Amino acid sequence: MKSANFIFNKPETLELAINLLAESQGMGKPLAGGQSLGPMMNMRLAQPESLIDITALAELAQTEEAERDITIGASITHAQIEDGLVADPAGGLLRRVAAGIAYRAVRNKGTLGGSLVHADPAADWINLMPLLNATMLVAGPQGKREIDAVNWMIGTFTSALEENEILVAIRIPKLSSDARRSYYKIVRKPGEFSEATAGFLIDAPRNICNALIGATDGPPVYLSEAKELIGELKSGQAGSLTSAALISAGLEPDTHAYRLHEVAMLRAAALLDTKEGEMQ
Amino acid sequence: MTNTLTMNQQGIGASVQRKEDERFLKGQGQFVANLRLHGMQDVAFVRSPIAHGFITHIEKPENHLQNIFTLEDLTGVKPIVANSGLPGFKSSEQYVLANKKVRQVGEMIAMCLAPTRAQAEDIASQVFVDFDEIPAVVDMRQARAKDSALVHEHWGDNIFLETYVGADLGPVFDKLRQNAPIQVNRKLRTARQSMAPMEGRGCVAYWDKREAQLVLYTAAQMPHINRTGLAQCLGLNEGQVRVISPDVGGGFGYKGILLAEEVCVAWLAMRTKQPIRWIEDRREQLTANANCREHDYDITAYADADGRLLAIDCEAMVDSGAYSSYPFSACLEAAQVGSILPGPYKMDHYRCRTWSVATNKPPILPYRGVARTGVCYAIESVMDDIARMAGLEPYEVRLRNLVQAHEMPYDNITKKHFDSGDYPESVRRAVKAIDLDAWRARQLSIQPDGKKIGIGLSVFCEQGAHGTSVYHGWGIPMVPGREPAGVKLTPDGVLEIRVGVHSHGQGMETTLAQIASQVLGLPLDSIRVTLGDTGTTPYSTGTWGSRSIVMAGSAVGQACKILRTRLLKIAAWILKEELETVQWKGQAAVGKNASVELKELATIWYLKPQLLPADVDTQGLEVITTYQAQRDTGTFSYACHAVAVSVDPADGKIELLDYVIIEDGGVLINPMIVDGQVIGGAAQGIGTALYEEMRYSQDGQPLASTLADYMLPGATEIPAIRIEHMETPAPYTEFGQKGIGESGAIGPPAAIANAVNDALSSLGARVDELPISPFVVLEAIKQSELKKMKVIPS
Repeated sequence: MKSANFIFNKPETLELAINLLAESQGMGKPLAGGQSLGPMMNMRLAQPESLIDITALAELAQTEEAERDITIGASITHAQIEDGLVADPAGGLLRRVAAGIAYRAVRNKGTLGGSLVHADPAADWINLMPLLNATMLVAGPQGKREIDAVNWMIGTFTSALEENEILVAIRIPKLSSDARRSYYKIVRKPGEFSEATAGFLIDAPRNICNALIGATDGPPVYLSEAKELIGELKSGQAGSLTSAALISAGLEPDTHAYRLHEVAMLRAAALLDTKEGEMQ
Repeated sequence: MTNTLTMNQQGIGASVQRKEDERFLKGQGQFVANLRLHGMQDVAFVRSPIAHGFITHIEKPENHLQNIFTLEDLTGVKPIVANSGLPGFKSSEQYVLANKKVRQVGEMIAMCLAPTRAQAEDIASQVFVDFDEIPAVVDMRQARAKDSALVHEHWGDNIFLETYVGADLGPVFDKLRQNAPIQVNRKLRTARQSMAPMEGRGCVAYWDKREAQLVLYTAAQMPHINRTGLAQCLGLNEGQVRVISPDVGGGFGYKGILLAEEVCVAWLAMRTKQPIRWIEDRREQLTANANCREHDYDITAYADADGRLLAIDCEAMVDSGAYSSYPFSACLEAAQVGSILPGPYKMDHYRCRTWSVATNKPPILPYRGVARTGVCYAIESVMDDIARMAGLEPYEVRLRNLVQAHEMPYDNITKKHFDSGDYPESVRRAVKAIDLDAWRARQLSIQPDGKKIGIGLSVFCEQGAHGTSVYHGWGIPMVPGREPAGVKLTPDGVLEIRVGVHSHGQGMETTLAQIASQVLGLPLDSIRVTLGDTGTTPYSTGTWGSRSIVMAGSAVGQACKILRTRLLKIAAWILKEELETVQWKGQAAVGKNASVELKELATIWYLKPQLLPADVDTQGLEVITTYQAQRDTGTFSYACHAVAVSVDPADGKIELLDYVIIEDGGVLINPMIVDGQVIGGAAQGIGTALYEEMRYSQDGQPLASTLADYMLPGATEIPAIRIEHMETPAPYTEFGQKGIGESGAIGPPAAIANAVNDALSSLGARVDELPISPFVVLEAIKQSELKKMKVIPS
């Protein structure tokens, strides 16, 4: 279980990194924390000819706070978020979700951007970012572009990122002071990938009422007008709206996965009434 | 016995910190993978990607032909064979590289050599093997069907061995079926597991030209047995082989085996005359070596209306995998089921039929507790059912059926000789320690979070350190006999202990030194313990079966006593006294008027022999002796586990709210180390109960290849386990100690399953398999709901 041979680069500018990636003609891979790519390479499930280490790129390590949003660099680690070293646009939610990702050793190295690009449906940021209406800032040979987080994940382990592009940062709108949000995942034990994830965001001043169902076989299901759904769930009973949402997420009624997602939705809805708004 | 032990702050009973901690806690252990030998090369194995099929062609890359080895290259290497002498046992031959046929995913087909493991894997990835696939035998129940594919064609079926205890009791059981007031039946399954020591397997071999000897470093529990087996496979005499097992990061049975990898690596080292290394990686461990715990029970218990056990009737199967492992064989586990299923209970009749079934899975190995973990789960499940039928608390049924203290020693229905103890007292203490009444009260109140509370217990005894009289009956390649130990004084009064057992976390460098300290009074830092090297330690069957502290510990004690007698003789001469008036106190021989220290006696013996008498005892200050218990039928430690759980009917999750273990391991050499053993074992038992499971696809593919898929319990899954000790001395061992190394892993699945079923009983649901994953819980609830719907008349 040792990696196949590869060329290692650690460019110092984003431009150089993009050039190296383009030169690799699809055979190169950007390397951030390496917490998924590393094991995949060791198991030879991934055999890139070159690795382009992007952790030295200043653009990816910055955090910028604006009036309405905060932009977090893609190479910021889960641990940096967990430790409160970057501003939290969601009033502490990012920090608590970060603390629930895998184990501290993974969080020390694993990055926000790496997790989003890896696009594991059972991971956390891939589900939380659409819920928060975040925007992905991407750079490639043709320049920069923005991708709405809702459109980011295309399929399991596939994002909207083009082959020669690098995810630079994630821009997350600040929640209003009285916004309510919740995030709940069902895990076999702390640190494991989620078996069912659900989240809600109610931010009345911004006219937002989102629901999210994640940890399915594909991209998370994002619902932008979820007021009635939340109302139904808050009654403590899953009804027709919940059922419709679960079916739209590709879950088949009467299956284990359906049941767990239903429970996750009920619990996430109940958490809207608590201060913290997330649990596992 | 305890009353003869004088106080010694570092002796028997002292919870001293482990001598090993100095290096282990600083990351300075010397494991196989830490070895760096000049010119060392790595191998990677080409392993079968299919479970069952014939090899039709092996294509090797042209530029690496000289670095790729298949079975035809290994001329003179014999297959690994481990036969049992039990009648009807069918023999398997495990070629160290596949011989025309593969019988499990991960079976080795070719060995690739390169300067580094990565390069060796590069070569391995260029070896292509064509197969004629045949249907895989994956399920042991289906393996017994007439039309099943055959793992070993010439057998005619897939049964390594069938045993039948009480085969002649048909009429008795006919009558019981008619008359017994309580009759309960359970069909139980336990998952296949992959033992997961922190350190995997690994070995390094080289040819020592000076000694004309093959040296094999390997992470092994039984280096002497590996040497014997290796010499046989390679056609060497044992003098030409030295096996060194350095620091080992966990054994549990995973390293109690002669490995095909060891034979291959040793052969290659002899051929190339270079050091060769293989270090198992976690994927190899999971996909090629999920090798334990898979049992199937159909158990019926008969009791009278008061819950008194009348009889047990059982059919049990063990999935033994594709080959018979050396030295424990493919049938030890199932045959053990037949002999230990009655547990610590009394009964009038007992019948048990077992099958060791061959499948296209890794060969079974005895994992910590061996069959006891499954057996305890089976019998304790029906004991709870009897309690329900009799309207009694489960503990009450145990108290009525356990062997009582005044009946000890007790020969049970399968002729197991329970040596000592108060089994019912362990149950009473557990009930008190867990505070059963408080949990029962809480159970009746509705939990605000909708969770259900359950309380469960299990009680069992563990035979350890059983010897010749027990094992010769199995007829496996290794029968343990008298256990040796060597002790030697240096001129400056340091005691060197050499034993053929090994330590892989048990702390025996400390506990064996404590025993020596008890006898000779030396401080622990003046005692060195050498283990794991066939070149320097006396021949032993090694560490397995909870035997080392009993067998090697007693042997060390006896050797030290012999040494002490010799020292006293020298001291009497030096002190000019009769031997009778000189006594050993602390670390000195004390006469009527004067005394002489051990260190001085050692110095005199080695460096001032002019002071010794002409008729001196000629045997010197080195003793090798062997130990056998007064009875070799084994020590019986026992324990009662009690656990309170919550079960969430919404998501199926189980939480362990409190966990109590009442343990009797006889006289404890180092209670702190025993606690560590018990807790570590219990953690593994919790893994068996709730998490660990290697599933296979229909074509025999293992479905977990990383620890993300094969779920092990971690720190967050293990509750703060509370342990209370009883210390009933073993009547037949040197210091009253009992084997206790496996105990912790035996009780948890039974106790936890009983607690979960207690919690689910209000929902009318029951789980009958391990591990009890959330899926299993939800499925059980769903089935009970379906059943209820059917009962309602339309």
